[in-house]
Amino acid sequence: MKKVYSRIESITGNVITVRAEDVQYGELAQVSTRFGISLAEVIRLADDEVSLQVFAGGRGISTGDEVRFLGHPMQVSFTDSLQGRIFNGAGEPRDKGPELSENLIPIGGPSVNPANRIIPREMIRTGIPMIDLFNTLVKSQKLPIFSVSGEPYNPLLARIAMQAEVDLIILGGMGLKYDDYLFFKDTLEQGGALSKTIMFVHTAADPVVECLMVPDISLAVAERFALKGKNVLVLLTDMTNFADAMKEIAITQEQVPSNRGYPGDLYSQLASRYEKAVDFSDAGSITILAVTTMPGDDVTHPVPDNTGYITEGQFYLKNGRIEPFGSLSRLKQQVNGKTRPDHRAIMDGMIKLYASYKDTLEKKAMGFQMSNWDAKLLKYGELFEQEMMDLSVNIPLEEALDKGWEILASCFDPQETGLRTELAEKYWPKARA
Amino acid sequence: MTKTNGSVTGVNGNMVTVRVEGAVSMNEVAYIETRGKRLKSEVIRIRGDLVQVQVFEMTKGIRVGDSVAFTGEMLAVELGPGLLGQIYDGLQNPLPEVAAKVGHFLEPGVYLEALPRDRVWDFTPAAKAGDKVRAADLLGTVPEGSFTHRIMVPFGFLGTYTVKSVAPAGSYKVTDRVAELQGEDGTVHPVTLMFQWPVKRAVTCYAERMKPVEPMVTHVRLIDTFFPVAKGGTYCIPGPFGAGKTVLQQITSRHADVDIVIVAACGERAGEVVETLKEFPELLDPHTGRSLMERTIIVCNTSSMPVASREASVYTAVTMAEYYRQMGLDVLLLADSTSRWAQAMREMSGRLEEIPGEEAFPAYLESVIASFYERAGIVRLGDGKTGSVTIGGTVSPAGGNFEEPVTQATLKVVGAFHGLSRERSDARKYPAIHPLESWSKYTGILSAEAVRYAHGVLARGAEVGQMMKVVGEEGTSLDDYVVYLKSEYLDAVYIQQNSFDPVDAAVSPERQKYTFSKVVGVLGSAFRFKDKDEARDWFYKLRQGFLDLNGSEWKSDRFAQVEKGLQSLIDDRATGLDPKAARILETLEK
Ligand SMILES: Nc1ncnc2c1ncn2[C@@H]1O[C@H](COP(=O)(O)OP(=O)(O)OP(=O)(O)O)[C@@H](O)[C@H]1O
Ligand SMILES: [Mg+2]
Repeated sequence: MKKVYSRIESITGNVITVRAEDVQYGELAQVSTRFGISLAEVIRLADDEVSLQVFAGGRGISTGDEVRFLGHPMQVSFTDSLQGRIFNGAGEPRDKGPELSENLIPIGGPSVNPANRIIPREMIRTGIPMIDLFNTLVKSQKLPIFSVSGEPYNPLLARIAMQAEVDLIILGGMGLKYDDYLFFKDTLEQGGALSKTIMFVHTAADPVVECLMVPDISLAVAERFALKGKNVLVLLTDMTNFADAMKEIAITQEQVPSNRGYPGDLYSQLASRYEKAVDFSDAGSITILAVTTMPGDDVTHPVPDNTGYITEGQFYLKNGRIEPFGSLSRLKQQVNGKTRPDHRAIMDGMIKLYASYKDTLEKKAMGFQMSNWDAKLLKYGELFEQEMMDLSVNIPLEEALDKGWEILASCFDPQETGLRTELAEKYWPKARA
Repeated sequence: MTKTNGSVTGVNGNMVTVRVEGAVSMNEVAYIETRGKRLKSEVIRIRGDLVQVQVFEMTKGIRVGDSVAFTGEMLAVELGPGLLGQIYDGLQNPLPEVAAKVGHFLEPGVYLEALPRDRVWDFTPAAKAGDKVRAADLLGTVPEGSFTHRIMVPFGFLGTYTVKSVAPAGSYKVTDRVAELQGEDGTVHPVTLMFQWPVKRAVTCYAERMKPVEPMVTHVRLIDTFFPVAKGGTYCIPGPFGAGKTVLQQITSRHADVDIVIVAACGERAGEVVETLKEFPELLDPHTGRSLMERTIIVCNTSSMPVASREASVYTAVTMAEYYRQMGLDVLLLADSTSRWAQAMREMSGRLEEIPGEEAFPAYLESVIASFYERAGIVRLGDGKTGSVTIGGTVSPAGGNFEEPVTQATLKVVGAFHGLSRERSDARKYPAIHPLESWSKYTGILSAEAVRYAHGVLARGAEVGQMMKVVGEEGTSLDDYVVYLKSEYLDAVYIQQNSFDPVDAAVSPERQKYTFSKVVGVLGSAFRFKDKDEARDWFYKLRQGFLDLNGSEWKSDRFAQVEKGLQSLIDDRATGLDPKAARILETLEK
C-alpha cells in the first residue's frame, strides 16, 4: 500500500510539491481537498521533492491536504463499453453511466516504428466537393481545419464525421463551449452515430490541466481500437485551446517562452499527438481531423504555424467556405489517380481558372478595362463559388466532377480551359460541345 | 578501469540528474536502470558529483534512487560494411529489425546492433605484415553493392602502427579479426571489419581540405544553372510549411550525381520517410542500374520520436557520411529539418536553465550550427584520392520569416541559399526556390556571365510586373510588356520544372546547357509585334512548345520535331539579336 502524505510544501498555480519517496516520474496521485478528490500527475522529481500538477487546479488546496500516490501513470479503461459514452479530460464519466475501471491502459505511449508504416492509399469520402474533389482526405491523414473563431468549424467537423465511413468516432473536446458540446451530442444522436462514438470532453468551464489530457486519452483509446482492426476517426477541437493550456502552465512554472509566450517544445508536443495518425498494415487505422483556430486570422501565429509544419495539409475555412488557396491535402495524390480519369485534370484546371478569376476581380476593383475573357472568368468564378465552394453542397465525388464539366461548359469553349483534348472529348457535356 | 556508477536524484522531462562516484566525461553514454529496462542517455553537464544526462527515451517511470551505469564511452556509431541500404533511428538502431523484435511500437530500452553480425563479406587484403600504417590507411577491401568498401585502420588509432598480420582473402563477419596492428609502445591491437567512432567528433584523417569547385549536379535546372552546389559544399533550403522543402530533398536524393546519399529525417513526419523507404528499393540508380536503396542510408528520427535522439541523429548521419568519404567517395547528406534539431537543443537548454538567447534558443546555437556544416568538405586523402561530404539542410523558420535565429545562423555558414517562397508555392511554381532572393557562392555548369544575363531579364521582368499592378496593362509600353513576357517565359520553361514528369524530373547538364542557349536566344532577341495581345498569344504558344520540348526524351525524334517547330515560330518574329546575348551564345556553343 502506498503511503499518504499530509503536508504540501508549496502551491504555485496548479503545481504543488510534497516531500515523498519512491515516486515515479509521471506517476498519478490523488489529492483530497475540501472540494473533493482530484488527480495529480508528477511532473518533476528533485531529491525527495516531488512536484505534481493538479488536474482540478491549485485553487482552494490547503497545505494540510492529503496526497496519496497511486503507483501508476495516467490510465484509461479500454473496453467495448466505452462506445456511446462521454467522459471528461480526467477520464471520469460526464454522462450518467458507470465509471469504467477494467482493462486500464496507459496514455501517451511510444510512437509507431516508421519502418512498420505503409503508404496511405484509401480516400475518405465526405460529400464536400472542396474536399473530395480538390483536397481529398485520406485514411490515416492528420489534417487540421484552420479557421478564425466564429466560423462554422464544429458543424463542419460534425458533418464530416457523420458522412465518413468509419467504424468509430472519438471526439476530443478542448475548451469546448457548452453549447458546442451539446451540438455535437445532438448531431451525433440524431444521425444515429452516438453508439459508435466516444467523447472525451473538456469544456471551457473545466480546469485547464484536464484540457491537456484530452488528446492523449482520445488517441490512446483510438490506438487500441485501431489495433483491433477498427478504422477510427479522431476529432480534436480546438487544438489552439490545448496549446494555450500548455502555454498557461509553462508560464506559471516560469519556463522561458520561445515565441509569443508558447513553450519551446510546442512543436514536439503537437507532433507527438498528430503523429498518432496511422494505417496499420495488419489492422485498422487512425485519421485525425482537428480544429486550429487562428487568432486574428494569422497563419503565422505559433499554433497554426507549428501545426502546419506537422500535419499533412490543412483545410482553410473562411467566410463559411473552404478556400481553395491556403487549403492543401498533401496526401491527395496518393488517391486521386485512382478515382476517375478526369479527377486530377478537373482539380488542376478548375483551380487555375479560379485563380485567374481572382486576378480579374482585382483588376476590376482597380478599375481596369474588362475584356471578353474577363467577363467569362467573372461568370465562372461566381458559379464555382455557388456550386462547388458553398458548404451546403453535398454530393458524391462523381457528381461533383460532372458538375465541374457543366460549369466549365457553361462558361468556356473546351480549348480555353487548358484541359487535355481527349478528356474534353469524353466528358464535355454533349449538348454544348 | 572500473566503470563509474551513480543514482538518480531528479527528473525533469527528458533530463535526469545523477549523483556519481568516480570519474565521468562529457558526452559519455550512461544507462539508467529502471523497472527492468536500461534507458540510454548522454552526459550533457557535470557539476561536482552531480551530472545531468539527456535521456534518449521517454522518462516516465524513472524514480529517484534508480541506479545509473556509466559506460566510459562517448555516443558512438558502428562503421563498417553493411551500412548502405539501412534504415536507422537517430542512435543507429536498425528500425526494421527493431520492428521484427518488438512489433509496431518503439518500446523504450530496445537497442540493437547497427551492422548485421551474421552476414559475411569477401575480404581481400591490401596491406601486408611489416607495413607502417596510420589511422584510415587501407588494410583491405570488401565489395559492398557496387562499391569497393575500404577496410581501414580505425580512425581512433593515434600515431604509427606496424602491421603484424593481415588475414588471407576469404569470408569474414564484421566482428572477425582481419588484421593485427602493433603500436609504438609494442601493444598489439586486433582490427575487425568494423569499428566505432564518436558521433560528435569530426573525422579528420585526411591530407588536406580543398576548396569545393566541382559542381554537384542535382539535375534540377534552377539549382545547377542558377544556384549551384559544389561537391563538398553546403547549402540550405529555408521555407514556410508546405513550400516544398521535403519534396525538393526527395528529388535530390534520387537524382543527385553522387556516390552515396544519406537522408536524415530529423523531427519531421514519419509518413514522408515511409515514401522514401518503400519507393527507393523499386527505383533504379541510372549510374549503376542497381536499386537506389543500395546507395542510400536513411537516418530517421521523426517528430514523435524522443527529442534527445533527434539531436543526435544529424551527428549519426554526418559521421557515416565522413566514413564513406574516407573511401574516396562523394557523399551527400540531406537533413530535414535542421530547425527541429535546433529546437531539440533549445528544449534541453531550457531544462538546464541556461540563459536563453533570441527566441529562447541557446547562446551557442550559432557555433553549433557552424561546426555541423563545417563537417562538409572535399578532402585529399592519404593516398591522393579525393572524397567529399556535401551537406544540404532544410530550415523551417517560425511563421516562414527568415529573420529568425536558425535561418540567420545557417545563412552565415553555408555556400548556397535556396530560399523557398510561399508566393511561388501557392502559385504552384515548383521548385518554389525564389529566383531573385536565393544565391550561391559556387560555380555552376554555366558561365557566370550567361547566368547573370538571364537573371537580369528576370529582375527587369519582375519590376515591370510590379509596375503593371499599379498602372495596369494599358499603362505599360509594348517594350516593357515584352520584357515582362520574356521573364515569365524564362520562369515557366526553365526555372519551373515538373518533378513528376518522367523526362522533366531530371535534366542532364548537357541538356541544361542546350536548353539554356535556346532560352537565351529568345531572351536576347527583338521581336515584331503589333500589340500586346499579339505578343502575349505568341509567347503563350512559345511556352507551350517549350514545355512539350521539356517533356520529350533528349535527342529523340520527337525532340527534334518539336524543336524545329519552335525554331520556325521564333524565326517568324525575331528581328535581331542583342550583341551581349550573341556573345553568350557563342561561348555556350564552345
Ligand atoms: N516540386 C514539386 N512539384 C509538385 N508539387 C510539389 C512540389 N514541391 C512541393 N509540392 C507540393 O507541396 C506539398 C508540400 O511540399 P513539402 O512536403 O515538400 O513541403 P515542406 O516545405 O517540406 O513543408 P513542411 O515544412 O511542412 O515539411 C507536397 O505535398 C506537394 O503537394
Ligand atoms: Mg517537409
